[in-house]
Amino acid sequence: MSQPRTAALACSLAVVAALALSACGAAPDNASTTADGKSAATATSAADFGGMSKLVAAAKKEGTLHAIALPRDWANYGALIDGFQKKYGIRIQVENPDGSSQDEINAVTSRKGQDRAPDVLDLGSSFALSAAQQGLLAPYKVASYADIPAGQKDPQARWYNDYGGYISIGCDAKRVKACPTTFADLLKPQYKGQVALNGNPTKSGSAFGGVYAAALASGGSFDDVQPGLDFFAKLKKNGNYTPVESTPATVEKGETPISIDWDYLNAGYADEFKSKGVDWKVAVPTDGKFSQYYSQAVNKGAPHPAAARLWQEYLYSAEGQNLWLKGYARPALMTAMDTAGTLDKAAAAKLPKVSGTPSFPTEAQQSKAKTVIAQGWAKAVSG
Amino acid sequence: MTATLTGVDVAPPVTSVKRRRRAPGWLAVVPLLVFTAIAFGVPAVAMLDGAFSVKDPATGTSSYSAENLTTSLHGAYLTALLGSVKLSAVSAGIGTVLGLPLAQVVVTSRFRALRDAVLTASGVLANFGGIPLAFAFVATLGNAGVLTRHLGLSKAGWDLYSFWGLVIVYLYFLIPLMVLTITPALEGLRAQWREAAQNNGATTVQYWLHVALPVLLPSLLGGFVLLFGSAFAAYATAAAMVGSSVPLVTLQIADAISGNVLVGQENVALALSLDMVLVAGLVMAVYLPLQRRSARWLA
Repeated sequence: MSQPRTAALACSLAVVAALALSACGAAPDNASTTADGKSAATATSAADFGGMSKLVAAAKKEGTLHAIALPRDWANYGALIDGFQKKYGIRIQVENPDGSSQDEINAVTSRKGQDRAPDVLDLGSSFALSAAQQGLLAPYKVASYADIPAGQKDPQARWYNDYGGYISIGCDAKRVKACPTTFADLLKPQYKGQVALNGNPTKSGSAFGGVYAAALASGGSFDDVQPGLDFFAKLKKNGNYTPVESTPATVEKGETPISIDWDYLNAGYADEFKSKGVDWKVAVPTDGKFSQYYSQAVNKGAPHPAAARLWQEYLYSAEGQNLWLKGYARPALMTAMDTAGTLDKAAAAKLPKVSGTPSFPTEAQQSKAKTVIAQGWAKAVSG
Repeated sequence: MTATLTGVDVAPPVTSVKRRRRAPGWLAVVPLLVFTAIAFGVPAVAMLDGAFSVKDPATGTSSYSAENLTTSLHGAYLTALLGSVKLSAVSAGIGTVLGLPLAQVVVTSRFRALRDAVLTASGVLANFGGIPLAFAFVATLGNAGVLTRHLGLSKAGWDLYSFWGLVIVYLYFLIPLMVLTITPALEGLRAQWREAAQNNGATTVQYWLHVALPVLLPSLLGGFVLLFGSAFAAYATAAAMVGSSVPLVTLQIADAISGNVLVGQENVALALSLDMVLVAGLVMAVYLPLQRRSARWLA
């Protein structure tokens, strides 16, 4: 074991040295950034590079960014990727666009030290926590780090929330006479065989959120997710639940006339399928409001460390945040940008209406809920 | 056939020039052994290693224990394992029972074209699985499927995304597989046996019960084992069609190994794979001794 590790260490040292040398060569008048031992791979802010323009220059030199699990039709990532490529001329390669958080972690751990490893990660929050614990993530503070709400960022800046949304009920108004707006509505006999989730809650984050929201709607709490399982068991029993996992395709074909999913996905479908004659309505249920954010992080062993850091700066700039907002996702800096006046008001007004401020389950509450759902889900909906 | 031929033809020279012949003969197997070691051995060892190691999330150190295996045999994981066994056994059973008469009809048919057509179709259909198969059924019999809508099947209680829905879809490739497997055995049944039975006054039922079926039994069981394994290992069809509503071990492995919710379940997935290997091993253990008994009749 120790031998490959030393080899990897030696390799990364060599990479660091090469980077430092090339930085010297590129900017001999600014040798101070390397003299104090900082390199792109250990830079914790743009200041470490000697300012934003130096970061941009370093990133452009690398020329490429390896991203993983970023679907173009998810939270407007397509526009973000195109925007970044156009602005900085850095090519983004997205590997396995439909991958999961676990796939991202696997790619990081199995390709440690290789130049095929992903540079940046968009993780479910618990995966971000566990990856930080395992020492896989590099600390980096974007310029607007201070504006990210407390509780939505790691104090060491190894990860911070990027965008999120609420669990919502999407509904095909042409197939369903009266669209349901609450979880209680979903139990009505008129929705027989029509209510779908976006996946399996032991695998899909949005389906997990759906069960959590159902729990909150039917007498449960962050500590007690069992009522959510009972809700779906009831839905299955009265025949309303359909096990088809909703995707853009099932929504378009009408296989899943009612779909519980993140509001930014449901709202995106409404736009996407308007031209195809699907009238997709989105409502955030008033009785079960559950919101969750994904987390953004830089791989500690990123093969393109400067580009990875520049991508973060781009995502957390007003431009990047507003692009997420245009994809109906709620960016982490939304409140701060509203105060600063940089928020895209038109895009914000188009979001599904929600009253009150979101609250989040703690990590302990979440992992308890996961255990309960992993054990009870099959029993609730099988048969 | 080839084995016996070479055995008879080559055996005498082998004994005479023993030392010169033996080394190349042994070397010829090496590529196969190397391939097996790499393609099956390495993953098997990795699976065993992973199934028994437990990683401490805080420190990242791993140690050996049976914890994953215990987890894989409890709660939802056990339900999924049993669900898979049940689904495979039921669909393989039905496949065997329906495949046998179909193959018999084809074998005894006077139309050679029919026979060729059925066997060719079986060869194609037996390999028709995965997402395309799931999609074909969803498009015809799913809740927005053509037949479902035109015949109003939903009101009659039809639900493709259930245990029995999955059995029907599996039969679509299991029955052709059975026809392919059992046809050679049926061709091995000699016409003289039936004539002899009839001359002694046996009815058709008696002939089948006392002559044909006992001879065919090991082949039937072999077919059943093949069908069982095929259904047991099927993943894509089920994943695309029923999601999590029918508990299946392959789906559980996928959830544990790649997901957005459960953290650190990779080794439980490996333990589940080990359980699958053990189940497959058990089924094979029933079949192998029986197969030896039948070889002398149908050889």
